Amino acid sequence: MGITFRKETFRDDFTFKNSPEHIRRFPFPFHEDSYMYAVNIEPHVVGPKGSVLENLIDVDEHYVAEMQDRALVLAEDPLRCQSLPHMTLAGWDLLELLMEQQALGYPEHFTLTRDGDRWRWINRPLGIDDTFTFGDTSTLPYGPMEYITRQSQGDFCILDQRDGNLWMDAGMVTTQADWSLDFDIGMNFFEWHAPVPLAHEKGIFVRALKFLTNIQQGKPARRLNWTMTINPRLDTSPENYHKWGPDRGTVTPENVGDKVHLRVELQSFWRLPRSNGIVFPIRCYLIKMDELVTQPKWARRLHRVIRDLPEELATYKGLTRYRPTLVEWLSKLDDGSATSPGFGPD
Amino acid sequence: MSTGTTKLDVVVSDVVPVNELVTRFHFRRRDGELLPTFSGGAHVVVEMRDGERTRLNPYSLMGSPLDTREYTISVRRDDVGRGGSLFMHRAVKPGLEMVISYPVNLFSLDLRARKHLMLAGGIGITPFMAQTAQLAGAGGNFELHYTCRTASLGTYADVLQQRYGGRIRLYHDDREERIELDRLLSSQPLGTHLYVCGPAGMINWVRDRASALGWPPETVHFEHFAAPQPGAPFDVTLAVSGKTIRVGSQQSLLEAIEAAGVDPPYLCRGGVCGQCETNVISHDGKFIHNDHWLSEEDHRSGCKIMPCVSRFEGKSLVLER
Repeated sequence: MGITFRKETFRDDFTFKNSPEHIRRFPFPFHEDSYMYAVNIEPHVVGPKGSVLENLIDVDEHYVAEMQDRALVLAEDPLRCQSLPHMTLAGWDLLELLMEQQALGYPEHFTLTRDGDRWRWINRPLGIDDTFTFGDTSTLPYGPMEYITRQSQGDFCILDQRDGNLWMDAGMVTTQADWSLDFDIGMNFFEWHAPVPLAHEKGIFVRALKFLTNIQQGKPARRLNWTMTINPRLDTSPENYHKWGPDRGTVTPENVGDKVHLRVELQSFWRLPRSNGIVFPIRCYLIKMDELVTQPKWARRLHRVIRDLPEELATYKGLTRYRPTLVEWLSKLDDGSATSPGFGPD
Repeated sequence: MSTGTTKLDVVVSDVVPVNELVTRFHFRRRDGELLPTFSGGAHVVVEMRDGERTRLNPYSLMGSPLDTREYTISVRRDDVGRGGSLFMHRAVKPGLEMVISYPVNLFSLDLRARKHLMLAGGIGITPFMAQTAQLAGAGGNFELHYTCRTASLGTYADVLQQRYGGRIRLYHDDREERIELDRLLSSQPLGTHLYVCGPAGMINWVRDRASALGWPPETVHFEHFAAPQPGAPFDVTLAVSGKTIRVGSQQSLLEAIEAAGVDPPYLCRGGVCGQCETNVISHDGKFIHNDHWLSEEDHRSGCKIMPCVSRFEGKSLVLER
């Protein structure tokens, strides 16, 4: 058994698609018919079988294609992966976490064998079989964070904790919703969140920081965030804005279903044991409108959320140019009937 | 959501007297698996079943973070304390099954430091045992100055000198040896971070001198878990849960709240982490604040209390619990 990995692209001809099973497991982020910020953090515990929470680090049918796309991004722009000198120990922490979790959740695809600090890592989907010394960077082809995050879906920010704050001091960021690690590296929690509208006034960041600095080992937490992307492009970075920004002007009533994607981030927060840092995996899930509206409840609800979104949020999320076209398209799928509570499809 | 830690089921694998006041305890997991990795400076909270009472005391992990087959803590016997250390010394024997918390680090190394300058007083040596092991394993630059009453009470001084030689400096009170603090603090290379753990007087002295000599506050790290102090019994009304409780003279307010079946979050139980901060709804009397968490302004306001270490004297106290 195991996962059948799709051959697909997130650029040029954009052949990315979700299988019917993956449509049903999509982490739809709206539990009601409207959206506003909240500190929507909950314990990151294992969820129902067949959901993206079945394992705490999720591997899905897009794994191989996403890792190939990451390699292309890094070849063009190595600064997408950076680690300040004091963060190497945290990189080893992350390597251990991701190897353990992937081997635990997907033993048919990944195997980790340890003999003291002599470790062997087998990654069958990517054809990797490496033996190395844990803690000795010279025994790996890359630094520990880069090595393992070239083999793990999602972006990863490693935050150093000191002076009652969190500092963006390392990361692998190639599937981001319009922010730049190279710009944010070395910033603290308030500095890198400065552009977010409305949330500062609500005191959300003060409370969120207090929560995050108290995350305990063995007790990870999670939240969902969302935006929209035109074409299934993983790398919507400020560095490449010239490549994807103009796409926002290409949405027409005829191509909404294929071009417009809901982009959901499953963000989790883990205390790292050796470095006492926090790792913040940001896992991106994409679904095109044609796929999403196969679930009538999601179609009705998304229509209402996008239609009623406050202007500041629509601007921040970059929806302004195509929002009217999208709302018009979705309105035809909203018969006005009630939606059931909760995230899942009916 | 609860902010407490996950628990670990352990068995006491060894009990080793270190000197006339200090005993070391070793814990292994009951299921034979490895314990969670930790970072130098972390502590665990040890649950003690002492007759009817449950005592929860924090102790620094002092083993090497590189070895997670067992955890070790060292407990200094306090004959006039509230009884936790006496329980550990008298009742805890090899083979006893106990429950401890996951490690929590409120005294973490700043890994940006070019040099780590450590000052320990007495049993305050324990977090540095783990931190020096962590730094030595990674080729880190550190220097430890350790003050103890007498050579025989210099817990682990011999071990440290054997491991690290000239990087360890000892000072014995009975020989009138004193750290030349101003000279030490004035002669450090740029990028040095300062760590101090010991009695409250020592921590205050070091922080004051460091501040006077221009050390930026973010380079000065300290850990002082205040042990809850005994005091006169007092009554408290818990408004949210609708209970009225009496805090015994040897009991902390937090312990009395827990004994009534109400579970506020906690991590350090020593007035440091801020987890159990509790709002005061009304009071008629005076607070005895012993924490390092609330600001002086908070203390004066009479609106907040840290029930892990602070007490109250007076007619009535109503808390939002």
